[in-house]
Amino acid sequence: MKEILDDIDRWRGQGKQVAVARVVGVEGSGPRLPGAAMAVSDAGEVAGSVSGGCVEGAVVTEALDVIAGRRPRMATFGFSDDEAFSVGLTCGGTVHVFIEPLDW
Amino acid sequence: MTILYDALSAAIRAEEPVALAEVVEGPEHLLGAKLLVRPDAHPEVMGSLGDPGLDRVVSRDTAGELAVGLSVTRHYGLHGEARAREVGVFIESFAPPPAMIIFGAVDFTAALAKVAKVLGYRVTVCDARPVFATRARFPMADDVVVSWPDKHLAMVGPSLGPRDAVCVLTHDPKFDVPAVVGALGTRVGYLGAMGSRRTHAERVARLREAGVDDAGLSRLMAPIGLDLGARTPEETAVAICGEIIALRSGRAAPSLRDRDGPIHLDGHVAVGR
Repeated sequence: MKEILDDIDRWRGQGKQVAVARVVGVEGSGPRLPGAAMAVSDAGEVAGSVSGGCVEGAVVTEALDVIAGRRPRMATFGFSDDEAFSVGLTCGGTVHVFIEPLDW
Repeated sequence: MTILYDALSAAIRAEEPVALAEVVEGPEHLLGAKLLVRPDAHPEVMGSLGDPGLDRVVSRDTAGELAVGLSVTRHYGLHGEARAREVGVFIESFAPPPAMIIFGAVDFTAALAKVAKVLGYRVTVCDARPVFATRARFPMADDVVVSWPDKHLAMVGPSLGPRDAVCVLTHDPKFDVPAVVGALGTRVGYLGAMGSRRTHAERVARLREAGVDDAGLSRLMAPIGLDLGARTPEETAVAICGEIIALRSGRAAPSLRDRDGPIHLDGHVAVGR
């Protein structure tokens, strides 16, 4: 979280809306521990990461959706997902990412 | 208004202990509800998860996780009942950074301080010689202290714990012995001392004279560092930091290629189990 605070402050200083995504659970092999955090601005800017680069693209899409809808949601990425949710971790693990608007 | 976020980010920046507990599973209207716990601040608890019973139990558990620096998801009933799974609360601890104290203001110290900063340590360089222990020589250190090792450890020793490290790079018995003896009197998780095998054999004899027993000697990693074939100060710094990580995780530190089994043994903190 610490490494994304400056970016978050800068975006908010520019009047942008921000969503924060945090890893809240990992099953099996996962590159990042719970607490790994990523922030996304409504302009699509990104700070931090929640995996080794495997699911960040999908998290941006979800985060922009969360900013628009103003409701938090859990996103789960991993092997166990069906094909419709085709983004996964190449390492075979499952990661649970909680995404929420920064309005707290 | 982002009162909780502002308090959280201020505490993280000030390196004060803080933890955030947040509902990440459960009834839709509770998702995102938060409690912020700051043991050293007033008020100690900010925010709410929507129920006084749940708030009470989660604040207690959050303070407990923060004390050991863990981040986990725990489950409760809607009113904080144990053994219920109506809400999942992600507790994230932002513990202050671990401390590394390096005794001896030498070239190896500068390299070790740099690598330790990359790993997130709060680094103190301590040497009794004011000519060597200067800010100008160690701009990367958080603190540069001119003091004898035993004096410095008498002051900061009680705050050292399992996440912290003491590295003795002086290889001069008049500094080494008080540094090692002082560090053995703390709960520090890693204690290493630099020097050749011959230097170390002499050091062991002096430590025994100073009253250090087998249990104390077994805590001392010396000669310091992993057997990487490191030659330069920077390579040696990597060998030392590698040893600190291996000791913490209880690994023998061979190459991953030459092993079987999972790469990550911790961090299996699952949601929804």
